[in-house]
Amino acid sequence: MTLERDQVVHVAMLARLGLGEADVERYREQLDAILSHVDRLQQVDTSQVAETAQVGGLVNAWREDERRECLPVEAALANAPHRRRDHFEVGAIQE
Amino acid sequence: MSSDTVAGLGARLRRGETDPAELAGRARGALESIADLHPVLRYTDDLAERQARRAARMLAESPATAGPLCGIPFAYKDVLCVEGVETSAGSKILQGFIPPYTGTALGRLLDAGAVPVAVTNCDEFAMGSSNENSAYGPVGNPWDGSRVPGGSSGGSAAVVAAGAVPFSLGTDTGGSIRQPASFCGVAGFKPTYGRVSRYGLIAFASSLDQIGPFARSVDDVASVFTAIAGHDPRDSTSSPTAVEPVGEQLGKGVAGLRLGIPREYMAEGLEPGVLSAVQAAFALLEKLGATLEEVSLPSTEAALSTYYIIAPAECSANLARMDGVRFGLHIDRPSLTDTYLETRGQGFGPEVKRRIMLGTYALSSGYYDAYYRQAQKVRTLIAEEFDRAFEKVDALVCPTSPIVAFPKGAKSDPLSMYLCDVLTLPVNLAGLPGISVPCGLSEGLPVGLQVIGPRLQDARVLRVARAYEQATAWHTQTAPPRAGAGRLA
Repeated sequence: MTLERDQVVHVAMLARLGLGEADVERYREQLDAILSHVDRLQQVDTSQVAETAQVGGLVNAWREDERRECLPVEAALANAPHRRRDHFEVGAIQE
Repeated sequence: MSSDTVAGLGARLRRGETDPAELAGRARGALESIADLHPVLRYTDDLAERQARRAARMLAESPATAGPLCGIPFAYKDVLCVEGVETSAGSKILQGFIPPYTGTALGRLLDAGAVPVAVTNCDEFAMGSSNENSAYGPVGNPWDGSRVPGGSSGGSAAVVAAGAVPFSLGTDTGGSIRQPASFCGVAGFKPTYGRVSRYGLIAFASSLDQIGPFARSVDDVASVFTAIAGHDPRDSTSSPTAVEPVGEQLGKGVAGLRLGIPREYMAEGLEPGVLSAVQAAFALLEKLGATLEEVSLPSTEAALSTYYIIAPAECSANLARMDGVRFGLHIDRPSLTDTYLETRGQGFGPEVKRRIMLGTYALSSGYYDAYYRQAQKVRTLIAEEFDRAFEKVDALVCPTSPIVAFPKGAKSDPLSMYLCDVLTLPVNLAGLPGISVPCGLSEGLPVGLQVIGPRLQDARVLRVARAYEQATAWHTQTAPPRAGAGRLA
């Protein structure tokens, strides 16, 4: 398979990664080489195999839904680039 | 007992020959003397001072109950959160981030009286096999400063190998503890997935990540493991199974144990010096009374591809939180989309971008079944093959890395870097415990022997590694002295 330039641009946009023009071609070549290698996965017969999402052996981890201490507002906001009163400030999502 | 191990320093503390503050100061001096290797990103002086006082109190009030780590200086990888101490994950996007809380593993070390003195350099978001992906510059290997220390926990391996601290913490998602331990000639242990809480660890790939120690002896590794292991309700993937006391197994030796050598791991690409060192290790284990036999893990060849779908997929989701809104770098643009694009475009380095894009691609509509779902199925096969091998043998022994430490800049092509992890990442995919211990030198550079055990059999892995270590002198070998470089002891 060959990864197209448009696909790289599309994936970078999905991932919200701003790439320079020169970067796009470099990443296209590198990702294409990696995907060509990874493609050997398709040769493994997995028709009778279940998926594994995690290997810890746990099915569900439950706990009581109890109130407990949480971070104070000031601590939670201490790293915020922009805050307004007790909130994180973020640009408008829709104008 | 060596004077610069956890055990040796603990004995000196208890005899009153030194105190925690003095040890922390000496460790800091030793770390400063190897600054040219760049293994340290920042010192934790205030925390070290507080902890040294706390440790001194614990030793004075109750020397009998103070554990083996009380008063012992250590360093930790720049992905572990401690309240009030900058953690940047080796990335510009988190430069200046001050965690508002302390993670469980670090918190347990603090409660045990251990004294953190420095935060160590690493590949950005723990993605890499050479430490060259750090946004703050590469790390030199203490054995040869022009070579890499391995990665991603390169700084944590280097500070122990240089004799500046007796132990450190790292993390291992595809080999990031074991491979640098191998490259730097120290012991490095990745416990069973879920055995050590990941709470307070900046996530890379959540189904693979595990925290573990570096040290210069298996006994020291066991002491640190014992302090940090165990269930944590704050990490829903942490195992509720009680931790088997390591001490009871540690000294039992390998006589009567069946050890398997995975045929596929010995197949190709092993440097001759690595091959001869591990073959000598196998012979020694046999002499010590173990039975060695060949086993097969047929899906090994597919493991690398599986890993490089699953780990990037998980990282693309985990790193979505680096959006410049709640913490970290923020580059203002008129629209929110452009703010995200610029913040993440400038904040992440090339390897992190590659993996985010690879993962986003594998999870995107139309490719999910062919890549992500297929990788999850092959992951099942890989785990089952290990299970079948462990029906026949008690543990597996093999090289940690097919190669020794390579020169900086030697692997500029991403795929050739990925191939470095071929013998370590299957262990993460199956969630198993694995350790690397020094087993020789090849052209003057350390070679590592990897021991792999069944899930939750961490103690057995340490037992095999210790039996080997105690019968050899490789772990007492230190990097050649360098001009101006001091050691802790």
